[in-house]
Parts: sequence; C-alpha cells; structure tokens
Amino acid sequence: MRPKLELLDKRLIERILGEAFQLIEDPGVRVAPYVVELLRSAGVTVTEGVARIPEALARRLLELAPRGFCVYDRNGKPAVRYGGDDVNFDPGSSCLNILDPETQQARPAVAADLVRLVQVAEMLPQFAAQSTAMVCNDVPPEIGDWYRLLLVLWHSEKPVVTGAFSASSLHTLLELLALESGGREALRNQPRAVLDVCPSPPLNWSEFASQNLVDLARAGVPAEIVSMPLAGATAPVTLAGSVVQHAAECISGITIHQLAQPGSPIVWGGAPAIFDMRTGKTPMGAIETAMLDVACAQVGKYLGLPTHAYMVAGDGRVIDAQVEMESGMSAVLGALAGINMISGAGMLDFLACHSIEKLVIDAEAIASAQRLIEGIEPRTDSLAVAMFAQTGLHGDFLKLKETRTLFRKEQHFPSAVIDRGLGGNTGSTPDILRRARERVEELLAQYRRPEILSDREQAMLQFAEREGGRAGLEGLPGIVSPASATR
Amino acid sequence: MPDDTFSAMRQSIIDGAPDTASDLAQQAVAAGIAPLEAINNGYVPGMHAVGEQFAQGKMYLPDMMASAEAMRAAMAVLDPELKKLGTERPMAGVVVLGTTQGDIHEIGKILVGTLLSAHGFRVHDLGVDVAGVEFAVKARELSADIVGVSALLTTTMRNQKCVVEALEQAGLRSQVKVMVGGAPVTRRWAEEIGADGYAKDAMSAVALARSLMELKAQTSAVQPV
Repeated sequence: MRPKLELLDKRLIERILGEAFQLIEDPGVRVAPYVVELLRSAGVTVTEGVARIPEALARRLLELAPRGFCVYDRNGKPAVRYGGDDVNFDPGSSCLNILDPETQQARPAVAADLVRLVQVAEMLPQFAAQSTAMVCNDVPPEIGDWYRLLLVLWHSEKPVVTGAFSASSLHTLLELLALESGGREALRNQPRAVLDVCPSPPLNWSEFASQNLVDLARAGVPAEIVSMPLAGATAPVTLAGSVVQHAAECISGITIHQLAQPGSPIVWGGAPAIFDMRTGKTPMGAIETAMLDVACAQVGKYLGLPTHAYMVAGDGRVIDAQVEMESGMSAVLGALAGINMISGAGMLDFLACHSIEKLVIDAEAIASAQRLIEGIEPRTDSLAVAMFAQTGLHGDFLKLKETRTLFRKEQHFPSAVIDRGLGGNTGSTPDILRRARERVEELLAQYRRPEILSDREQAMLQFAEREGGRAGLEGLPGIVSPASATR
Repeated sequence: MPDDTFSAMRQSIIDGAPDTASDLAQQAVAAGIAPLEAINNGYVPGMHAVGEQFAQGKMYLPDMMASAEAMRAAMAVLDPELKKLGTERPMAGVVVLGTTQGDIHEIGKILVGTLLSAHGFRVHDLGVDVAGVEFAVKARELSADIVGVSALLTTTMRNQKCVVEALEQAGLRSQVKVMVGGAPVTRRWAEEIGADGYAKDAMSAVALARSLMELKAQTSAVQPV
C-alpha cells in the first residue's frame, strides 16, 4: 500500500472547485492585452482588462490539458514524469543570497556559487531535476535569466525547472534550450525544462505572465503555474478560501494556455503560504503553508492534472534545528501528498537565502520521505513464521538468507550527514554543519561535468558570448570553455 | 466628563471600531471640545497603545489595520473642524510611498502607508511599478520629507537604487530622506545603495520615519542661513 496524505474530502473539493469556477466568471480574472483577443475569440467577455471566463469553457479546456508528460535529461532519457502520484524534488530557485560556506553568513550569490550548487545537486539522486537556483550578482541583471540557465545546462544533464522574469527573456531562454537540445522541434519533442509562470495574487495574469503562458504553449515547452495566494493578505485568511483562489488562478491560467495551444503540457502548481499576522512575513516552514500545498495539489490531482508545490524550505536564518525541522516535515508531507515536483530544498530565511550545506541535509530528509512512500511490502510469502521456523527462539535473524537478501530493500542508508554512530562513541562527533560541509566537499570531488555534443557546446558558447557581450559581460563567469581550458 | 470621552476615544482606536471613533468625534464637536484636544488626548494615545501592544505581541496586523481605520474615521470628522478654525493637525511629515519599478506587490507598502497616516504623517501612495523619476517628480511637487520605496522581489529590489539616483539627479537628495523595505531588503543593502534607513516591518517603518524627521530637523537646524 502506498501511504497517502489527503486533507480534503470529495465534497469539500467539489465546493472548492465550484467557488473557483464562480470566481473566474465573477469578479473575473485580470488579464493583459496580449491575451484579450485570444480569450474573446473563445467567447470570453473582456472588459477593462478583466476576463469573465465561463465555467463550461474552462472545464472543456481543462479536459484538453495533458494528464502527464515527461521531461528529459540531456541523453534523451525521460528523467522526470509529471502526472499520477510520482514524486520528484528539485532545489529552490532564483534566490538572491547564499549562506557563505565558510562564514555561514548571508551574502549576495555569484555565478561560482550557483555552479557549486548545481554540481552538488547533480551528484545527489534525491534531486531528479535541477533549478536555476540563484540570481548571480556578478552578471548584469538584464541577462540574469538566461545566464542562470546556461550555467545549469553547462554543468548538469538533469532536467531543469526554470523561468523567465520578463516576456522578452523567455524567448532567450527558449533559444538557449533549443541550442542545447538540437533545435526547436527536438526541444518540443523531448523538453529539457519546465518553466514557472506566476500569476499575481489575487487573480491577475500580468503582461509577462500572460505572454509567457501563451508563448510556452505555442513552443510546446511545459509551463508550471506557480500560484501564490498569501492567506490573510492577498488571499482569504481561511486555508480553504486560499485553496479556492489557487484553483481559480490555475484554472484561468490553464484556460489561457490551452486556448493558445490545446494539449500543450502544463502543471497545476504553486507556492501558497500563510501571512504571519505578527510580522507580515510568509513562513514557508509553517505547518499551515504545508497544508495549503497539500490541499492545492489534491485539487489538481482531482482534476487529473500534473502537480507542483514549494516545500522543503525553512524560515530560520542559519542552519539549525528549526530550519531542518520545518524542511524535514514538509518533505515528508509533500511526498505523502504525491506531488509530482517539489521545489524549495536548500532554501531558508523565507526563501531569501540558499545554502548548499542545507541542500545536502535536505537531501537526507528527502531520501527518508522517498523511503516512506515506498511503504511496507510483504516481500516474503510468510511474513515472519518461516523465518521463525529457521531461528526458533534464538533470535539469530542476522544469519538468515532473507536478512541478507532483503535488508537493502527494507532499509535506507543515509550518508554520513546523518549521525548513525559511524564515527563510534568517541564523544567528538562533528556537528551537522561540519558533516554537511564534508559531504559537500566529497560530492564536489566526485563530480565530473557531463559531456555536451561539441557542436551544441560551441553554439551555446557563441550564444553566450554574443548576448553577454551586448550586456557588457566580461568573460563568462562560472564557465571554463573547453578551448580556454586547453590553452 | 472629557476624561471619560478621551478614554472612550482611546478605546475606540484600540478596539479598531471606526463607527464608535466617528460617533465620539461628532459628539466631541457637538459638545464644543476642541478638535486638537480630542486628537491629542483621545485618539493619538489610542494609536500609541496599539503600537505598544503590537510590539509586545498582544495585537496583530489585522488589529492594527482596524485601529488605523478607526483613526481615519475620527480624522474624517475632525480634520474639517480644524480647517474651520483655521488650523490643522500638526503634521509629522510628508511621505511619498511606492513599490519599485517592475514590481506589483504592495501589501507591505499599504501597511506602512496606513500606519504612517495613523501616526500623523501625510502620505502620498504612488502605487506599484513606479519608476525612480516618478518618485522624484512627486517628491518635488509635495516638498516631501521622506520617500519610501518597497520591493518584494530580489530582481526588483535593485531598482530601489534607481530611486536614490533619481532624487540625486533631481537635486533633491539633500532635502529628502529615503527609506527602503520589503522581504529581500536588508540594512546592508540600504547602506549599499545610499538610502537613509531600512525598516523590517510596518511598525519599524513608523519609528524610522520619526527618527528620519528628527535627523532632518537637526540637519536643517545646523545649516547656515
């Protein structure tokens, strides 16, 4: 039996959807001029930038959205499956700061930090996908979106969760992805990336979000809606009310997306959170935030759609018990909820900071969560009696053949990040931060950069030098080109 | 009698009861109580109590928003009375607020604006996605004391610097204090871009605005005539 967490009964889901369909028609959804004609041509009334989407149309378009799809690694292997109860994790994205590995103080992240994080995530099987995890402060902001993606593609062969912060940068991201995939058709047939698109709460598809939805649909590259209701601030204070808003934002986004290109892949996703009424902050580690994630995903699953959530992030400012308690709990809850892609590992301080040391600790929580959802299997015809028949009351189970053949399936073995006493009882066991640092160094030492076909690699370099040069970028931070490496 | 009335006014603010606050203001006017006395002895102490209780964790943001709304309701009655008398409420300062260019988030900014207004500042909110030059134009038009710039996104936070630069280019920097805030903003960032202060939340923004006004008064006092 696969263990499963659900927070809503069928009746409540139907009520949530009923109100979500009501909201997209009245008061409607704010949309940008880019999609007005598209909506009008489908019979949607758009007045002063507000679209009133009829339930029947939205339901018809929801039916057209794929129930599942794959994202591929560089070798053409389907590495992440969106849909059903598949569970995958990727690091949190677009963070401005990093906890410095030496000082453990937050500082602006640079390209070299992102490269280190990508290399570590590449080595950890817990992460099925990479993310464009950090904003590189040594790169001009106007080319930040594609440069982050370039660094990830350069150092990883895993699928990537990324996104554009403007309408124009989306096209640069798609151009870069096509170069790496060997053309637009190759990218469409075997997409290497999923691109986040964020509505602004409440119920607002801004100019660039509207445009991203349409352009991604037409490019056939998967879009991932990241709806972010903040319960009590930009969304109803009740968790149920915020789930309604999340559903309305996702349904309206899918409507626009499927109108642009029916059947194009899209994900029911989000980063909902509660709004802390003492500080005005949005705690990602709060249990209510995790409850929102689980409930929002459950509604998406009810509709048969692929799902995403933002979890495994803590709110403390340093790696401590609070941060890891929050991250570990939400990793378990997200896995039990069967969410297809769970983003957020490595992040702390209300998503303001990334930490590579935290990423390797989170990987252990994720591994535990992954073991949990494997559940308990009988594995043997007789559960215990046959083994007792061999040992009697002596209890020598360690000697049994079954023990030797099955213990690897039954037990997950964490890395040395988790203290299981491997160091003995010397009383001088290094603390978790030191163990995490050692693990990071160990993974970096094992890392080998995956190869890229030389013509594609050259094309990517030329692209980077051309676009970077326009923005005044000197050199290519974080990239040692094969040519310059041999010089 | 006035003491009881002042106490009720204070309580109407703490309770976040706009109707009561407004009724009491009308009763005070009818009873001939000077509007400034009602403000200074009734309503303002109410806002101070709210600030203290918030700092102690006994009140929460929705309570504070309700208190600010009650304050606004009382002032809607008393401001016209002050004008009739040819006076006005002593103003704590003029603030131009906005969310930086490229950013459409404004919860924090609205909170700051509401609380600054409740604490006697005259606030002009430029809204969201505001270019640096727009801040400068409005600051000049209103002879603003303070410009407050909010940003929620790490990517748009950089545009706070553009506001400082726009004020410099407009030749206003020496007269206008700049305060910055928003989820990704830090004290270090404020220093880096040459802002005068950083507030971590709405109540701190009120305290910061007050201290910037004091600083401004000191600076102008020592300037040669």
